Amino acid sequence: MADPLLEVRDLRTYFHTFGGVVKAVDGVSFDVRQGEVVGLVGESGGGKSVVGFSILGLIDPPGRIEAGEILFAGENLAAKSEEEMRSVRGGEIAMVFQDPMTSLNPVYTVGHQMDEMLRLHTDLDRKARRARCVEMLEQVGISEAESRLDAYPHQFSGGMRQRVVIAIALLAGSRLIIADEPTTALDVTVQAQILKLMRRQIVERGAAMIMVTHDLAVISEMADRVVVLYCGKVVERGRTAEIINAPSHPYTRGLLDSIPRIAERRDRLDQIPGTVPDIRTLGKGCSFRDRCFRAQPVCAEKTPVLSPVRGSLDAACHFPLEETAP
Amino acid sequence: MSVLGYTIKRLLQMVLVLFAVSVIVFLMMSFTGDPVFMVIPIDSTAAEIEQARRLLGLDRSLLSQYFIFLGDMLQGDFGRSYVFRQPAMQLILERLPATIEMVLVAITLATAIAIPLGVYAGANPNRPVSRGIMAGSLLGISLPGFWVGMMLIFFFSVRYPLLPSSGRGDTVEVFGLRLSIFTADGFAHIILPALTLALATLAIMLRITRAGMMEVMRQDYMRFARAKGASRRSILFRHGLKNALIPVVTIFGLQLGDLIAFATITETIFAWPGTGKLLIDSIYRGDRPVIVVYLMLTAFIFVAINFLVDIVYTLIDPRISVK
Ligand SMILES: Nc1ncnc2c1ncn2[C@@H]1O[C@H](COP(=O)(O)OP(=O)(O)O)[C@@H](O)[C@H]1O
Ligand code: SF4
Ligand SMILES: [Mg+2]
Repeated sequence: MADPLLEVRDLRTYFHTFGGVVKAVDGVSFDVRQGEVVGLVGESGGGKSVVGFSILGLIDPPGRIEAGEILFAGENLAAKSEEEMRSVRGGEIAMVFQDPMTSLNPVYTVGHQMDEMLRLHTDLDRKARRARCVEMLEQVGISEAESRLDAYPHQFSGGMRQRVVIAIALLAGSRLIIADEPTTALDVTVQAQILKLMRRQIVERGAAMIMVTHDLAVISEMADRVVVLYCGKVVERGRTAEIINAPSHPYTRGLLDSIPRIAERRDRLDQIPGTVPDIRTLGKGCSFRDRCFRAQPVCAEKTPVLSPVRGSLDAACHFPLEETAP
Repeated sequence: MSVLGYTIKRLLQMVLVLFAVSVIVFLMMSFTGDPVFMVIPIDSTAAEIEQARRLLGLDRSLLSQYFIFLGDMLQGDFGRSYVFRQPAMQLILERLPATIEMVLVAITLATAIAIPLGVYAGANPNRPVSRGIMAGSLLGISLPGFWVGMMLIFFFSVRYPLLPSSGRGDTVEVFGLRLSIFTADGFAHIILPALTLALATLAIMLRITRAGMMEVMRQDYMRFARAKGASRRSILFRHGLKNALIPVVTIFGLQLGDLIAFATITETIFAWPGTGKLLIDSIYRGDRPVIVVYLMLTAFIFVAINFLVDIVYTLIDPRISVK
């Protein structure tokens, strides 16, 4: 198998706040291979966005990458200077942010903001850049692209803005796209359209994508492999089909059971009981134990480590689920 | 609304404001003493005084006096100075370049320093340098201008005689205006008064810029700009500053009008022969026509700056439209 494009090794990103240290990402490891879509899932606050920002070096004080390696095409991004990271950002790795309403600068035209990406990362002249922008807007499904280039973000709907943000991310031919919940703000039909479009763009150009979402339904359609995050740790990872069909971690199971579209087939729809604990006060033991239906006394004593369970699945659980579990 | 329609509407508004100002100025003047004593010899007889009144039109009703005043102004006749026996407008226009020149140097200086420092302090609020900048700006706001001017004279003209502290120095005619800044001597003369005038404006603009930048730094589009690989400088000054600029432009406009209208103290301290000094002299001498023209001109400048500021808003932020 080819070397992975991105290898995240034991990444730890902490925020040193007044209320204590927030270990937002605490020992996360996963790979992304070329041409692959990897899903990063988990409830809100699990550390998904922080993983994305860490890869691009966009963590600001009081946050800091405390440890770990982020190997991109063999180079450790975590060790690069701000200046070196500038050519990686947007060029090698592009990111789509969570909120389409606020990602675009309100005082510049959409064309200007697209053009900036090409100015920074290509040698194209003005005319060629404009042509490229028009073409990209058309590819993300914006009609009359030529005239839309001169419009300002506030003249676009939310869905249109997110298409623009996606177009910007795809513009410079990056090898890795990090999409942070790119469709949460959009309604379901638009969501499906945009996801399909992104998937096609990635596959066509042989790039790779990290798809961040709290929605396993999206993952089941988009991702080749899945990494499940809970309280800053990877609790399960593996091939999408295997995880969707028979997850081995109780948390993943809970996530699946709370999705209408998938749970339907199991005629049961349950929210995971309880809420995400305050990660500043986590001690030893499994951080999911208060909400877990399989918890045993040992779960409060020993922190489970990520280890192979079956097939492609790795899970961090003392009592992983069997394949035949209900 | 079209830009033309907007402009017409604003011009009408300006005329209305100036009309209101003319009423206020006229009333103010009518209630502050009888100007007839300014123009007659001290030993005039009652008959001579009456005669002078009639000549000046002071025997008519207040209303008809006002309409004469207004009618004359509309024809470009703003009266003659009692003291200089010259058209008051001409008197002021002769001195206006000196004031405008000093004010423009001051506000350029203030802006050129305030904006970069404000951006820096807003983008890095926790650095010691930023805290130093903020402490300094507080000082700039709280120190009275006349005191600063006197301190500058004391240090840079008296203690270490580096810069002149009085008058405009050599001037040179540029496009029909007499200006100091283009001669070495004139440039030396303008430094201290401009600095004095700039200080408070600098401090206020700096603080406004910083506050705006702190707000802007939190926005998603700033991080998105970083994610695109934009340079720090481009992120701060292109993506950030333009979004923080509206209140800065507001303050700029207010301060500009303020400096032009109230450069009086600085001009007095530095014996700068501008309109402010003329105003003070005219007030002492009860030279009503000059005071009236001065006030009308000041009102006009404020209204015009206000109009320009509104236009600049729309250039900065596309979400603000002319209305
Ligand atoms: N700037 C910050 N300061 C302090 N804590 C932060 C900051 N950014 C994120 N966190 C914390 O990190 C954790 C993970 O956040 P995030 O990655 O945004 O979660 P997700 O994207 O999975 O919803 C949360 O507990 C959040 O409160
Ligand atoms: S380790 Fe224990 S508490 Fe944690 S998920 Fe597994 S069974 Fe549940
Ligand atoms: Mg998030």
